[in-house]
Amino acid sequence: MAAVAPAVSLRGVTARRGDRTIWAEGSFDIATGAVVGIIGPNGSGKSTLLELLLGLVEPAAGTIEVLGRTPHRGDGRIGYVPQDDDARAMEAVRCRELVAFGLDGGSWGWRRRSADERAAVDAALDAVGATAYADRRLTQVSGGQRQRVAIAQAVVGDPELLLLDEPLAGLDVRNQHEVATLLGRVSADRSMTTLVVTHDINPLLGVLTGAVYLLDGHPHYAPIGDVVDEHLLSHLYGTSIKVVRTAQGDLFTRSG
Amino acid sequence: MLATLLADVGYQSGWLDVLGASFMRNAFLAGTLVAVAAGPIGYFVVVRRDAFASHALAHIGFPGATAAVLVGVPITLGMAVFCTLGGIAIGLLGRRSVDRETATGSILAVATAFGVLFASLASESASGVTSVLFGNLLAVTTSQLVTYAVMTAVVLGVLSVVARPLLFASVDPQVAESRGVAVRGLGLVFLLLLALVTTMAVQVVGTLLLFALVITPAATALAVTARPLAAALISAAVALVCVWVGMVLAVMFNLPPSFPIVTLAFLGWLATTLVARHRTRGVLVS
Repeated sequence: MAAVAPAVSLRGVTARRGDRTIWAEGSFDIATGAVVGIIGPNGSGKSTLLELLLGLVEPAAGTIEVLGRTPHRGDGRIGYVPQDDDARAMEAVRCRELVAFGLDGGSWGWRRRSADERAAVDAALDAVGATAYADRRLTQVSGGQRQRVAIAQAVVGDPELLLLDEPLAGLDVRNQHEVATLLGRVSADRSMTTLVVTHDINPLLGVLTGAVYLLDGHPHYAPIGDVVDEHLLSHLYGTSIKVVRTAQGDLFTRSG
Repeated sequence: MLATLLADVGYQSGWLDVLGASFMRNAFLAGTLVAVAAGPIGYFVVVRRDAFASHALAHIGFPGATAAVLVGVPITLGMAVFCTLGGIAIGLLGRRSVDRETATGSILAVATAFGVLFASLASESASGVTSVLFGNLLAVTTSQLVTYAVMTAVVLGVLSVVARPLLFASVDPQVAESRGVAVRGLGLVFLLLLALVTTMAVQVVGTLLLFALVITPAATALAVTARPLAAALISAAVALVCVWVGMVLAVMFNLPPSFPIVTLAFLGWLATTLVARHRTRGVLVS
């Protein structure tokens, strides 16, 4: 087998919180370089999957391999963008500082950042189009801008795997489209494997190559063409969903 | 009656001589040590939105101080023990931020209850209680000064080591945790440092006015800059200026030192906050 090892590999994994089983028997591989949506209704365990991959939660059963190793906290090869919450102390720091934490946030002492580090921060800010507001405080930028800054923070250390939790939640349609396009471009430019938790697959349809869908208490992986299926999506969300392809070839789903 | 009152708090012609007295030298040194430690710690209190925990620690120190009076050990020791235990309790019971407010409030309440009990048992030294509540900078002894110097060195030393990960954990806890930063452990370390600063600051401004040295200068600094190191330094400088100028004014006009110190801190904060508001509005519009 000359094939490249998968970026993420699950075998018979059960996710449990306390004594509640979130999902069970997860077995799938995600190929290196894939851009994968993690979809499913609220409470189906999408974020839990990310926490398992980050090593923040232990699987109750089964084995997980992330980039060839058992997940562990502090893996510098993984970039993470958690769900945007306003509880963060955003008044206190500038966008640039948050991005720099992606490089040295965990290191002891308070030394001045090197020219290389500052250049890497500038490059990451530029890659997400955040240069213009890099010196504003996080409270002085919009939700879409904050999301771009969070992505810059996640990629500043050149990770091999990027994990994002609902990066499009709370954004208007235009920002959803722009951030989705940005994700596709950043992933391709840096040949990162990217996993995006999302409750709405539509804004990401243009960039996803596959999806993990949490159906009936089990996660499954499928190429995106197989996921965009009326029967599957209707079953997944428990409501009637139609797949529409426009004359221009655009694909989207809608309920009803 | 009114004339004697005014004469008491009015301008003191001999104020320069008073400034030169040895108890004033101790007061200036103590105020300096406290301000230098409280400024940077206050920066983190404001960033972490831990104002309530800071408030609670000051009040948790109150029974420590009154218990110390009761059993006849130094007040600083009683405060330090109670504040440290309070910091650990808040850190352990309030692991999730949702629990934190209720845990802090409950510990604060029971601590104050014990403070009242100890104070009533030690009723013959009511002035001791007053100095805990409102500070008594002019009564700092030389041995206390040595203790303060050690405490300030510990606070600044530890802080300079943990500053970056602590800030990361404060601003972006989820990502920090995924990066292997010990978010909870750092939170506990921070509360312990805050307990030390509280112990010292109570001597200067008292339990009831602690915010003037811990929160107000830091809030002033953050209104001026979002650069962490600059904010911590400005916070210390503001606290220092308030303590020094406040003490000179206290001697000049025979005021309790807490009053000019706190009032100066408040006016500085008010001015910078109003200016910052004005400026921010400009940014959002442009």
